[in-house]
Amino acid sequence: MDSFLSLGQGFLVALEPSKLLFAAIGVLLGTAVGVLPGIGPALTVALLLPVTFKLDPTGSLIMFAGIYYGGMYGGSTTAILINAPGESASVATAIEGNKMAKAGRGGPALATSAIGSFVAGTIATIGLAFLAPWLVELAVNFGPWDYFALMVLAFVTVSATFGDSPLRGLTSLTIGLMLGLVGIDKLTGQTRMAFGVPELFDGVEVTTLAVGLFAVGEALYVASRFKGNPEEIVPIKGSLWMTREDWRRSWKPWLRGAAFGFPIGALPAGGAEVPTFLSYVTEKKLSKHPEEFGHGAIEGVAGPEAANNASAAGTLVPLLTLGLPTSATAAIMLAGFQQYGLNPGPLLFTENPALVWGLVASLFIANAMLLVLNLPLVGLWVRLLAIPQPWLYAGILVFAAMGTVAAKPSVVEVGMLFVFGFLGLLMRRWDYPVAPMVVGLILGPMAEAQLRRAMQMTLGDPMVFFENPGSATLLSLSAMALLAPFVMKGLSRFRTAED
Amino acid sequence: MMSLLARRRADKRALVMGLTLLVLSVVVWRDATAQTMSATYGIGPAAMPYLIAMALVALGLGHIVVAFRDGLPVPEHADGIAIGWIALGLVALLLCIAFGAGFILATTILFAATARAFGRRALLVDAAIGFGLGVAIHLLFSKLLTLSLPAGPIEHLF
Repeated sequence: MDSFLSLGQGFLVALEPSKLLFAAIGVLLGTAVGVLPGIGPALTVALLLPVTFKLDPTGSLIMFAGIYYGGMYGGSTTAILINAPGESASVATAIEGNKMAKAGRGGPALATSAIGSFVAGTIATIGLAFLAPWLVELAVNFGPWDYFALMVLAFVTVSATFGDSPLRGLTSLTIGLMLGLVGIDKLTGQTRMAFGVPELFDGVEVTTLAVGLFAVGEALYVASRFKGNPEEIVPIKGSLWMTREDWRRSWKPWLRGAAFGFPIGALPAGGAEVPTFLSYVTEKKLSKHPEEFGHGAIEGVAGPEAANNASAAGTLVPLLTLGLPTSATAAIMLAGFQQYGLNPGPLLFTENPALVWGLVASLFIANAMLLVLNLPLVGLWVRLLAIPQPWLYAGILVFAAMGTVAAKPSVVEVGMLFVFGFLGLLMRRWDYPVAPMVVGLILGPMAEAQLRRAMQMTLGDPMVFFENPGSATLLSLSAMALLAPFVMKGLSRFRTAED
Repeated sequence: MMSLLARRRADKRALVMGLTLLVLSVVVWRDATAQTMSATYGIGPAAMPYLIAMALVALGLGHIVVAFRDGLPVPEHADGIAIGWIALGLVALLLCIAFGAGFILATTILFAATARAFGRRALLVDAAIGFGLGVAIHLLFSKLLTLSLPAGPIEHLF
């Protein structure tokens, strides 16, 4: 029962006053950005990277995790009260949640999502604590070929699942990989794709790309179609307390949501969208009141909300044990680890157990804090939505400028921010997903390092990837994930042709 | 049936994307050929760029095929003036960094210009808010985090 012991020591770290403070700042910020439209946990962590550069690594990472969890809670508030899901993970919540709010049952909707998030988040974090050591033992035996294959799988699934077109997803990913080439090659010391610009020798900053695509791109996009009429906020009516009936109808969806969210979140590029929709559909099927779906069924809020929080914990499993991010926020958290010279993976568990287990323990604390923050204080968070949009986006851009300039105060860096901002606008208008590009920039150089290490060990024999059962399985999975959308599209085309 | 038939006129946006990707692939490929050192064992620093260049060619051709079939989704009408205001704010940021005018002046202009892009008319009020935000961030960075932001004449007053 190593996990209990390690977790106990983790709690000793996480309960230090300074760590509690970091966790509290994280969940506050996370809830705020979750509530606010146009700004999510990935962007917030990206903006904070340069700011936290000199702070304590454990504390900063606890704060980042708090932002991630908090964003999942905050997103539900906006989804329920103004039918504008703050994050894509809350889209399913908005379907029933907003109907409940309009029917005067906003209180119970918010309560079931907050309590459900707490229950599922706690279950999933327990899952994380027990699954992680087991995966670490497995990962110790991973060779570079296995890691490379794992990253290829992540590339393919990230670009095939985000957005509707695999062509556009893969294009976004490949441009990210191309940006990852920029800079000095660590093995030979030669510069690639820098075109003699000294500012590019260190490579493209993750912060600059993420801030450009997410913040500047989003601000430009919203401004380009802004019509000046804000969304209508449905005032919270009725008691926040759930009735006995609400509880009876909520607890099973919570558990089922956790059961969907945690494993899917832990899969490469499983993300939060898939489990929330799976949960919604399942609850609709299993419900004793199917006629209420579409008019504000509490099961339709409880299930997806539990699922999205559980998936956040699930995402941390591959991130901590393998160093493999499966969501945009996790990718940027990985960049956060790297800025302190830490590499998540099996080694981190033996080299820095205080940090890893402190982080896991802090997740339990963050979850408890979020429950307290979200239930009684929900009225306060809703006030955030009263900030006029011009000031909100102007503020976002000022913080974006701050993050970039703090990372590297140079004209080249601001110029790149400008270019990435317009690229983000173009991608939003032409429906290209932006997350694969960020994942490509972060994971690309890591995948290349593993590929070259593998080829060094085998003296350049590429067959190693197909001879090892681990990498062979992962690569064939990637090939299937890559080809499936094209094959399916072909099938549906035949079907339309027959009609 | 639309998707089966080639469109008579190619979708311009998909065509532009396809050509851009092909140009990028040439850039990456040429950069890779300039790598003089290679690895003694395994593969050198040029291998990954070659792979990426090939992927870019495939994607570029894919876009050209798409251009003659369904095309890219048609975007909504965009308000060019709003985009222009934000671009103006960002250019001001760039100039402030380039000519040492400091972070506070940059945020003042960026805030006011962005608020204008979202339809606000009170430029002076917004500039004042941007200035306040800039001062607050500057103080937070220099006093609390001991990090420095680009300084100009205004920053030296603090």
